[in-house]
Amino acid sequence: MNRLTEQLVRSRVWRSIFRHGLPLSNRARAEAVFYNFFLHVHPTKVRRRSIKFTYTWGLGGLSAGLFIILTVTGALLMLYYRPSIHQAYWDMKDLQFVVSSGQFLRNMHRWAAHAMVAIVFLHMLRVFYTGSYRPPKEFNWVIGVVLLVMTILLSYTGYLLPWDQLSFWGISVGTNMVRAVPFGTGDRISYLLLGGNIVGENALVRFYVLHCFVIPVAAMVFMGIHFWRVRKDGGV
Amino acid sequence: MDKKIEEKGKEGLMSRRFFFESIGLGAISIAAIGSIALTGEYLSPNVVREPPMKFKAGKPEDFPAGSVTLAADQKVYIVRAKEGYFYALSAVCTHLGCITNWKPEEGIIACPCHGSKFDTEGNRIAGPAPRPLPRFSMVLDDQGQLVVDKSLVVSEETTLKV
Repeated sequence: MNRLTEQLVRSRVWRSIFRHGLPLSNRARAEAVFYNFFLHVHPTKVRRRSIKFTYTWGLGGLSAGLFIILTVTGALLMLYYRPSIHQAYWDMKDLQFVVSSGQFLRNMHRWAAHAMVAIVFLHMLRVFYTGSYRPPKEFNWVIGVVLLVMTILLSYTGYLLPWDQLSFWGISVGTNMVRAVPFGTGDRISYLLLGGNIVGENALVRFYVLHCFVIPVAAMVFMGIHFWRVRKDGGV
Repeated sequence: MDKKIEEKGKEGLMSRRFFFESIGLGAISIAAIGSIALTGEYLSPNVVREPPMKFKAGKPEDFPAGSVTLAADQKVYIVRAKEGYFYALSAVCTHLGCITNWKPEEGIIACPCHGSKFDTEGNRIAGPAPRPLPRFSMVLDDQGQLVVDKSLVVSEETTLKV
């Protein structure tokens, strides 16, 4: 077994993937971190205080974890959901009552979404109470606020997709609130959001594209910058 | 010779590099602004397939005196105030656009979303609605049908006498 492992580790394929030896020496351990895509964002040193669980409560990591759950369950839900006003509601009902594990996946998506809004908010509170927004991290606070807004927008755009009464009037009210934007731009923004004057087919497709593509991709870019800055500033 | 040209450049005459850089950046900027403008235009639909603003509501005799009838697809109340006096009242709440309900037992129009209440004339009685419900133009066509045009808002005293 040991010989087999050694052979594997010495093989050309293995060494082309992991370009350092087994992490036995300090040097190899450092290299293991530097050369790994997932680990390279780690800071070179971490304060003992900041890895204490009750300092961060792991809220940032939980938010990111929930985002991953939402991406995976969301992609699976997309396989049965069609964003069309004749099909959307029945596809949602099919997911609940016909598709194997459909109800489970839909509820997982729904609960993870609710939890993410709450956890992101708690994360913001934690950062506030530990004063982690102070220099040199002020700009990362700003990115965090952008991510909070994106979380809420993801929640809101997903709200229309079941196409039931709650969705319909929720989006009607929201897009009417947008009309209150001053300087004559409110009506224009509402028209662009809905792709028309009423909550109809265009609005459903637009919210679908925003929910499944535009906002998640933008959020991932901002999350990348957010994590990178956290770690370069000595966070976990 | 070379030195002379360089000195000229310093005196304020544009250098060759700066000239070409300006042309390049200018062209890229124009292309960028153009593509942003075109994308903006693309996002704004030119034709929207929405229900028409003008519709036939029915014949006057279909509506008993003192009745408030909701044309649900059109979100308009056809009100026959007293014998022969008609007007068309928007059923869309002026607060945030929910569709209101006619409550015959209380004689009011109530919004389920945030609790605005209106009388049958469209005047606000309670709630957050900022304006009364607007009245739309209503005419009697050749076939004796009431025709409502939602694109024409008329004054609050306007009624159609049939």
